[in-house]
Amino acid sequence: MSEGVDPSGHPIERRLPTIVSALDPGHAHAHADVWLSDVTAGYDDRPAIEHVDLAVEAGSLLAVVGPNGAGKSTLLKVMAGLLRPWSGRVEILGSVPGREAHRIAYVPQAETVDWAFPVTVRDVVMMGRYPALGPFRRPSADDRRAVAGALDKVSMSAYADTQIGQLSGGQRRRVFLARALAAEPDLFLLDEPVTGVDVTTQEDLMDVLEAQARRGKTVVATTHDLACAAARFHRVAAINRTVIANGPSSLVLDPDVLARTYGGHLLVLGQQAFVMDDAHHHDESSGREPHYHELDGASRKAGEPRALPGQRAGRR
Amino acid sequence: MPGAAEVGPLLEPLQYSFFVRALVAAILVGTVCAVVGTYVVLKGLAFIGDAISHAAFPGVVAAFLLKGSYYLGAGIAAVATALAIGVVTRRARIRADTAIGVLFAGTFALGIFMLSTIKGYVADLTSFLFGYILSITVQDLIGITILTAIVLAVVAALWKELLYSTFDPLGAAASGLKVEQLEYVFLGLVALTIVISLQAVGVILVVAMLVTPAATAQQLTVRFLPMMAIAVAVGIGSAVAGLYLSFWLNVASGATIVLVETALFGLVLLLGPRTGAWARLRSGRVVSASPAP
Repeated sequence: MSEGVDPSGHPIERRLPTIVSALDPGHAHAHADVWLSDVTAGYDDRPAIEHVDLAVEAGSLLAVVGPNGAGKSTLLKVMAGLLRPWSGRVEILGSVPGREAHRIAYVPQAETVDWAFPVTVRDVVMMGRYPALGPFRRPSADDRRAVAGALDKVSMSAYADTQIGQLSGGQRRRVFLARALAAEPDLFLLDEPVTGVDVTTQEDLMDVLEAQARRGKTVVATTHDLACAAARFHRVAAINRTVIANGPSSLVLDPDVLARTYGGHLLVLGQQAFVMDDAHHHDESSGREPHYHELDGASRKAGEPRALPGQRAGRR
Repeated sequence: MPGAAEVGPLLEPLQYSFFVRALVAAILVGTVCAVVGTYVVLKGLAFIGDAISHAAFPGVVAAFLLKGSYYLGAGIAAVATALAIGVVTRRARIRADTAIGVLFAGTFALGIFMLSTIKGYVADLTSFLFGYILSITVQDLIGITILTAIVLAVVAALWKELLYSTFDPLGAAASGLKVEQLEYVFLGLVALTIVISLQAVGVILVVAMLVTPAATAQQLTVRFLPMMAIAVAVGIGSAVAGLYLSFWLNVASGATIVLVETALFGLVLLLGPRTGAWARLRSGRVVSASPAP
């Protein structure tokens, strides 16, 4: 199984024609909200992603999938301007990262947030309006309307005055998506927006994102849920330190690509694929994620029962 | 025949101008420490606050040796240390708490070393170690007032931005807030707050003024601005009550103020409606911030 792993992380084009479109610089560049060319980035001396080429067209929903430690969060941070790449070129909304920050909403992983923080749901969503407000100014009626509208879109209006620590995991993800919506961005960068949430919440959140994409907004989300990536995203980028494949989800999520993305940790059993995460790869997102994910492949339609319903019991 | 017995124990100390000055200082210090301390508690920077206050001490001693202003000396030392901590926590390859521990013990030792070279009685300087609020002069009070106004004005201008970057630094930075600059501004505010408080409570106890009222308030509310308001009320109340107590009992003022704050914190911890041990016992369940099932 480990034969598919190329130590340098470079994809084998012969098998994966779908990545060619992303590497066609002229076309991709002209229409892309997010454009990365030969990007390497990391922390201290350790690269987390290498030679990444990726273009995300305006109005599209892109899922970034890959094992723990594959560099999904790092890639998102580069796009958000939070991490300066060591080499390569990045253009976000037509400019260098950070320049168009007011048009970007970034939502971090749930684990990075202090849920005991003394803020209510409404306070958190209002934060989405702060950067545009600027110092000294207090939220206006417009801002309050935007917050109420965002809360309504994620069905959290009833919880506006609840302290965020009192919410369930799914409700917390709804609130952070509402904060992103309240900012009225052109580009959503979401780190694990549907991890650890129930099926209803996942469908609701994806409905909201789909509606944004229809309005021409661009969404890039990392996810562990290949079924969701297949069913609800327009395109999928499979990464493991570099882009293994990038294209329409039906093409990317095939057993060959998955085997290359997840290396020796993927186990394909008939229609279903299982990922065995290597504990040594947990350098990116802490050890709190389960060491075992179900990947019931591209064939599962959203809402269908999962092959192993008990698998998520270990999730927070 | 006017006398102490007729004006009552609350008004009697007000006949002394040094007590009135101390009272004004106590209110200013209680306010500014609680406002800045709210962020210190939420950011988890208690240790950094302690470090900056200790590092201010050599500045005070240097000012004494050079016959300059205590506030200027303390201010330069505190702000320089705050900025150094900011750089160290962002850029250094060693753990931030280790670097800060080395920095603050070293600078404090430098202050003590310089103090020991001075011949004769240095009561003024030991008052900066343990605080002596009754020694505050009119000039001191003017300095404290100006610095307090500066700190409160900056917080009034940037409270939203500081809140967002404290709660979710990545989300705030990605959406265009200058999180790194805000961090340095905030460390500068902590440094100024410490300078304001040095003479009242002393280098060693300043951290209590920063942390304890805000920590008390945190037990009582789940909203940010109410937390800050309660912290200010606790800070002013404790400072005034501690000042009176120390006057009546003829004991150290800085320590008494801190003890009042600590007692209030303990009381709220035991009896608080939200997280108090008593409330938990009564409801028979553990109240926690963990997600609902």
